Amino acid sequence: MNLPLLVLILPLLGSLISAICIIGSQNKKAEYISTIFLFLAALASIYIYINIETFKGNFIVYNWINFAQINLYFSIFLDPLTAIMFCVVTIVSSVVHMFSIGYMHEDKFRARFFCYLSLFTFAMLVLVSADNFIQLFLGWEGVGLCSYLLVGYYFHKPSANNAAIKAFLVNRVGDFGYLIAIALIYKYFNSLNFQEVFSNTSTIEKKNLLFLGFEFNLITCICMFLFMAAVGKSAQIGLHVWLPDAMEGPTPVSALIHAATMVTAGVFLVVRCSPIFEYSQFTLNVITYVGLITSLFAASVALLQNDIKKVIAYSTCSQLGYMFFACGISAYSLAMFHLVTHAFFKALLFLGAGCVIHCLHHEQDCNKMGGLYKKLPVTFAFIIIGSIALMGIPPFAGYFSKDLILEYALSIHSFNGTNIYVLGCLGAFLTSVYSTRLIYLTFLNKTNIKTDIFNKIKEPGFTMLFPLFILSIGAIAGGYLFYDIVENNAFWFNSIFTLTEVNYVEEAHHIEKIYKLFPIFLVVLAVIVVLVAYKYVDSLSYLLNYKIKGLVKFLQKKWYFDEIYGFLFVNKLLQLSTFLWTRIDINLIDLKGPIGVSQNIWKAAAYCRKIQNGKVFSYAIVMFTGIVVFVSLIFFN
Amino acid sequence: MLKMTMPINPTYFTLLSALLFSIGMLGIFLNRRSIIIILMSIELLLLSVNINLVAFSAFHQNITGQIFTMFVLTVAAAEAAIGLAILVVFFRNKGSIKVEDTQQLKG
Repeated sequence: MNLPLLVLILPLLGSLISAICIIGSQNKKAEYISTIFLFLAALASIYIYINIETFKGNFIVYNWINFAQINLYFSIFLDPLTAIMFCVVTIVSSVVHMFSIGYMHEDKFRARFFCYLSLFTFAMLVLVSADNFIQLFLGWEGVGLCSYLLVGYYFHKPSANNAAIKAFLVNRVGDFGYLIAIALIYKYFNSLNFQEVFSNTSTIEKKNLLFLGFEFNLITCICMFLFMAAVGKSAQIGLHVWLPDAMEGPTPVSALIHAATMVTAGVFLVVRCSPIFEYSQFTLNVITYVGLITSLFAASVALLQNDIKKVIAYSTCSQLGYMFFACGISAYSLAMFHLVTHAFFKALLFLGAGCVIHCLHHEQDCNKMGGLYKKLPVTFAFIIIGSIALMGIPPFAGYFSKDLILEYALSIHSFNGTNIYVLGCLGAFLTSVYSTRLIYLTFLNKTNIKTDIFNKIKEPGFTMLFPLFILSIGAIAGGYLFYDIVENNAFWFNSIFTLTEVNYVEEAHHIEKIYKLFPIFLVVLAVIVVLVAYKYVDSLSYLLNYKIKGLVKFLQKKWYFDEIYGFLFVNKLLQLSTFLWTRIDINLIDLKGPIGVSQNIWKAAAYCRKIQNGKVFSYAIVMFTGIVVFVSLIFFN
Repeated sequence: MLKMTMPINPTYFTLLSALLFSIGMLGIFLNRRSIIIILMSIELLLLSVNINLVAFSAFHQNITGQIFTMFVLTVAAAEAAIGLAILVVFFRNKGSIKVEDTQQLKG
């Protein structure tokens, strides 16, 4: 049996079976079958990851597109990068499936949910296993579609529908960039296959592109457009606005799509295309600073959000920024390492938040929680693990990946590297501030829940806690389990390309000890400061609400991004669309077009009907007059 | 063979026949009362044509026109018979023979 193919087929099969189960509303069947299939796929991908040496290669499934100079295969391109993504996607997806059995059990039509969830997993696997730009695009759009369907899963809520549409539309902007990049690559490389494009990149490094009288470097253009796609998918600043709104979807969806897998597709794209990006230092600089700004911006917004899921969403945004600036300094394997560990601890945090939300009957405002550590000790423990991993306190996973990026950045002694270290440390500080605040408000604070509800709260069942357990293993030990991928450059085979061969871990070890300890010190300091401030400083709310009111409002309004976009684009576009709709479409095209013509024909017909008065002698007059006229025409011509 | 003389100018015959034809035609057009009048007008049309035939037969010294007239008269009689028969059936159905009532073709 072809194992990689099996990994792809199982989620698809699970999705199809669930789709059939929707008809009879056989929810039990759908959830168990899709979950079991996903677990099998996860086992298969772990096996592939361990035995990557034997599985390496390109498994062609079938000849997909074949015309002109394009010859594309639908294939499973298995290299270490794909194998790692396989692992992350299938493991997180399988535990999220299992979690959803518990989380969604009140939903009468949850077979649909499992259908979408499995379909998403399949699309994501198609994305990561692509060996050409088109298959990657297929998966790219597939995950976008499933994200749309899942965010809008509660379709009876207008806010969910709006969020789904927003996510879809904002992603379109990025996809636009991706399409242009594909077109450019096809024009200048005459191929869309990764191997062929990457091996030819160095030959057209100096080629320029003339556009509107300006010369642009071709590689830089391609990279900027590819990065535009990555920005859209990975919710970097500018196109991040959809991610917080996407939290309208069920919490397992947020864990799977908006934390662990889909949003990392942008990072994956940059890493996969590293052989192109390496030749454009300009784009790498842009990536670095976009990542840096995003990580700080998102962390600052997360400080004062009250929705528990939105805090974690902004945290995701911020961590994706870390991955991007790691890519920006050519430390692709560090970015992948952080992607993997982040997938585990962020999914853990989301699912933990899901437990809390589930137990509180869909209450998400953390000001209306508090004191839950007594009632949900197990969930509390898991969230603590996730948060510590996120903050980067050793020996949890986040420490290994995040601090490695910062240390390596400092070790390259460049302007960018120093900026990354300083701002990254600030980001880490903010991260631990909002994580601690969230934990404090949710679990440690005096409870704001009504007593009768509070007393009824009890720990969720096995299906919800077991996934947390699996993910917490990843969050605790992920740093060790995957350390090989950064320590050992040979692991990557040829899937990551850098102009200069660097061993990141060795380099990172060369910096002085004080710089290594500084981030940890900041994080611990932040935890203590926040705890003390919330516990003992009574005037904290006074300080927040009156002293620095402007700043608080600015952060709570998310830097006014939505308002600015609303003013600049959305309102203008709405006005234009309304104008086009009412004036052009209804008044001009419809009234003058189909409706107008048919009405005029109707009127003309009513007029003509009067000629047919049914009286024989008037027909006779017409006939006679006609004969006279024609005969006289013949005679007098 | 009949000795035919042509003392009168054929223009008068044609004028008379045209006049008769016009009267017949107007009879059809202007008549608003009875279908029988339409039948009579049609007879008038045929007769005006007959006058033409007879007149030119005499003018050209050719008997064919007069023989043809006999045929026309026969056909006219037959046609009148059929027309009247239709009229009877029409009256049975409608209860009237007014021209205004024959409007079933009205659109």
